[in-house]
Amino acid sequence: MTSLFDEITAAEPDDAVPVRRVTITVNGQRRTADIEPRLLLAHLLRQGLRLTGTHTGCDTTNCGACTVLVDGQPVKSCTMLAVQADGHEVTTVEGLGTPSELDPVQEGFKEEHGLQCGFCTPGMLLASKALLAENPDPTEDEVRFALSGNLCRCTGYQNIVKAVLWAAKKQRGES
Amino acid sequence: MTATQEHKLDEVKIGGLGASRRRVEDNRFIRGKGNYIDDVVLPGMLHMEILRSPLAHARIKSIDTSAAYAIPGVRLVLTGDLMATRNLAWMPTLSYDTQAVLATDKVRFQGQEVACVIADDPYIAKDGCDAIRVEYEPLPVIVNPTQALAAGAPIIRDDKENQPDNTCFTWEVGDQEATDRAFAEADVVSKLQLHYPRSHPSPLECCGSIADFDRATQKLTVYMTTQAPHIIRAAVALIAELPEHMIRVISPDLGGGFGNKVPAYPGYVMSILASILTERPVKWIEDRTGNLISTGFARDVYLDGEMALRKDGKILGVRMHTESDHGAFFADAQPSKFKIGLMHSAFAAYDIPAAHLSARGVYTNKAPGGVAYRCSFRVTEAMFFQERMVQAAADDLGMDQAEFRRVNFVRDDDFPHRTPFGFLTDSGQYAKCLDVGLEAIGYDDFRRQQAEARKRGRLLGIGISTMTEPLGAGNSREYDILGIKMFDSAELRVHMTGKALLRTGAKTQGQGHETTWAQIVAHELGIPAEDIVVEEGDTDTAPFGMGTYASRSTPVAGAAVAMVSRKIRAKARKLAAHLLEVSEEDVEWELGRFYVRSNPAQGVSIQECAMAAYSNMPDGMEPGLEGNAYYDPPNLTWPFACYIATVEVDPVTGVWDVLRFVAVDDCGVRINPMVVEGQIMGGLTEAYAMANMQFITFDADGNCIGSNFMDYLLPTAWETPGWELHEVVTPCPHHPIGAKGIGECATVGGPAAFVNAVLNAIGSSQVRNIDMPLLPDRVYDAIVRQQDVSGAPPVKQGD
Repeated sequence: MTSLFDEITAAEPDDAVPVRRVTITVNGQRRTADIEPRLLLAHLLRQGLRLTGTHTGCDTTNCGACTVLVDGQPVKSCTMLAVQADGHEVTTVEGLGTPSELDPVQEGFKEEHGLQCGFCTPGMLLASKALLAENPDPTEDEVRFALSGNLCRCTGYQNIVKAVLWAAKKQRGES
Repeated sequence: MTATQEHKLDEVKIGGLGASRRRVEDNRFIRGKGNYIDDVVLPGMLHMEILRSPLAHARIKSIDTSAAYAIPGVRLVLTGDLMATRNLAWMPTLSYDTQAVLATDKVRFQGQEVACVIADDPYIAKDGCDAIRVEYEPLPVIVNPTQALAAGAPIIRDDKENQPDNTCFTWEVGDQEATDRAFAEADVVSKLQLHYPRSHPSPLECCGSIADFDRATQKLTVYMTTQAPHIIRAAVALIAELPEHMIRVISPDLGGGFGNKVPAYPGYVMSILASILTERPVKWIEDRTGNLISTGFARDVYLDGEMALRKDGKILGVRMHTESDHGAFFADAQPSKFKIGLMHSAFAAYDIPAAHLSARGVYTNKAPGGVAYRCSFRVTEAMFFQERMVQAAADDLGMDQAEFRRVNFVRDDDFPHRTPFGFLTDSGQYAKCLDVGLEAIGYDDFRRQQAEARKRGRLLGIGISTMTEPLGAGNSREYDILGIKMFDSAELRVHMTGKALLRTGAKTQGQGHETTWAQIVAHELGIPAEDIVVEEGDTDTAPFGMGTYASRSTPVAGAAVAMVSRKIRAKARKLAAHLLEVSEEDVEWELGRFYVRSNPAQGVSIQECAMAAYSNMPDGMEPGLEGNAYYDPPNLTWPFACYIATVEVDPVTGVWDVLRFVAVDDCGVRINPMVVEGQIMGGLTEAYAMANMQFITFDADGNCIGSNFMDYLLPTAWETPGWELHEVVTPCPHHPIGAKGIGECATVGGPAAFVNAVLNAIGSSQVRNIDMPLLPDRVYDAIVRQQDVSGAPPVKQGD
């Protein structure tokens, strides 16, 4: 196999790859990076910034595991280029709650068994967070509609809906 | 108050059996701190991407990798020829077949692995795949069993010796002569033919691996998305000819499995060889299209059967034949004695004197199929056929669907019951479950409403499905995979302060083992669940086990947890006798505490016994308080469920809506009711998905229609109905804590409830079957044409 190894080291990294500098406020911190223009936001967050709570599950904007908030709006970061986030504010699951206190949506998901494998959970949490920011007292149907861009393969959604309603109640100070 | 009452622990408070304990694993998942395969980063790690075949059947004429090597950052390109130099172009499957790792001679399905590129980052690796030039010579394509078995059909597996046609296997079970006699005596014979379509489990996380071969130590560490890490370690030892003790398989947090992460995939093997060659860690993360077109499909079975009936409604016998489409390689894991899985669990809930099942598996130009997608080895197809057949028979006899089931159920006092296919069902209260369901849905009221609505042209329907399935493979007499018996294991270490570490041979993928296994220990030892940490998935630390699939964890590994706890308790009793200065025979146990029989106030806690095991053991006693248990179950566990759906069908569009859905599950003793209900609701949603939308088909050229989540429809929160859950508890007589499997019951039993309900709404004797999924155009067709609608895949013109 030695001849093979010679062969594979033949090509050297290319200096000609275009690079763009971006500055993004992630979870309240200004982060600056030099990136390839084709880099997806999800990959910048995961590989570049090591915020691995943002998951990718489908590559086609269907499953919502990669949902983050961009300027407060839920966005699927697997189909947004990182350069498009330049100058904007991004919130990931790591930005929810504080080290000592959970956000009500996080608490609700645990309390109502709104997760099983946990892979969809970060996206679900952020989509829920955006819903509750706009509508602090949603109906069950409104929750189901707001989360219809996020797939879960484990729970059957019923407990996710309960979790969001639990969080809404808590956020309104009713529990 | 007696002394023991004063000391009595509240089992629910310490998180024991029956506590809806909030999940331990949630603490990391809700913070985005899970550790899934793609979150693992090793120093110097390279990235691998796979080039897949665009054609379903073609000879490979040439592969040119030079342009890929010219891309800066590309480190290695693997092809079948290179794999062959290491004897790794082919690998054994878990069902005694072989599967191509990278194609050498020809490709046999669209999406088959042709080459892979290892590069500095995944983007470069993808560029490398794009730069590879492959020349194919197309061959005729086979996409269903009819084509596969036609005279003169091209032989897909021409790599195998003694493979004269496309038959993968034939298998039969039951008593043919007795069944023939039953049919000869029948007043009525009811027939049914249907196709259970191809479906993909699609856990939200795709597959992946990170291989890290250390030349200095000769140790291979592989992080891998596997539901069965120990089987994989054994397989890697055999495939890669590496010594088993130098292989460590780590299955990190899994983003769902549902059977998709049981087989050994070519990508795993490629990443291992790539790491050996580059001497660097190599990470492979599958993309969704790769996952959907190449890994572990399920179902795709043609079921054909008939039922011999007496006029009064008694079932006399059943005949079944199955033709299953396994794709190009028989790569799913089935217990080796049962080629078509546990298909012969069909009709186990009914008292039927005679039955016969014949099965044939065929190869086609499709991705390997037949994985147990949220079911115990083909029981999903078995129960679907059962409940569709039962419904058809009731309709043919003009009997009420509930009553027909009731008169044929195995009675409560008739357990253990030998089924006509040879299983021994253990326990159940079938009629009671049915009654609870009928009561909850308001059966008689609904029938009246339905009749009223029909007068006004509205189509309401009610569908019942009941199921029992053999869960917890297995007993070692009958169940093995590749010869490895299907027992499971647990190891418990109680530390000196009474805290504990538990490891099992299972592997959680969302089922919540970290929470529920601790509850079993709490029940057996009285150690609070929060004082017990649970670890799984690392073959260097966990005891050998067969992994988590087929709802086997609670029946087998869960039983092992109870048994190892009892071993610990037995040793703790000796320590207690020593501490209490009485003989062991004079020591009594209550939850968490030993006491002197004649003086219950005098006692020691389990924690005090633990301390003594390290600090004050009697002379001659081995120090420490730890042990392990391997559990070989005497039988499978047999949960039962009754699912009832009510629907309304729009006769103008063929669209149907679920009005209500009632589920009555009897899974024996529930360790954590909250978790059990979560499993049921998840399972019901997958059942609804299969009845309503979720299938993957192929065109006549073998193109996979459904290679992404835009084309392969999975239900969202918006479509998914609400679930109404009820319970009946019949403890399993042979499981140490009386529990039965539950994770898959709803997926197994649910689909027929929806289909029976839609057919009941259409209410025509001319429409006996619509194949799943019940798409609006199929339902509309059935209503307008007054005939069955088949969902069988297309056959090319002229074939």
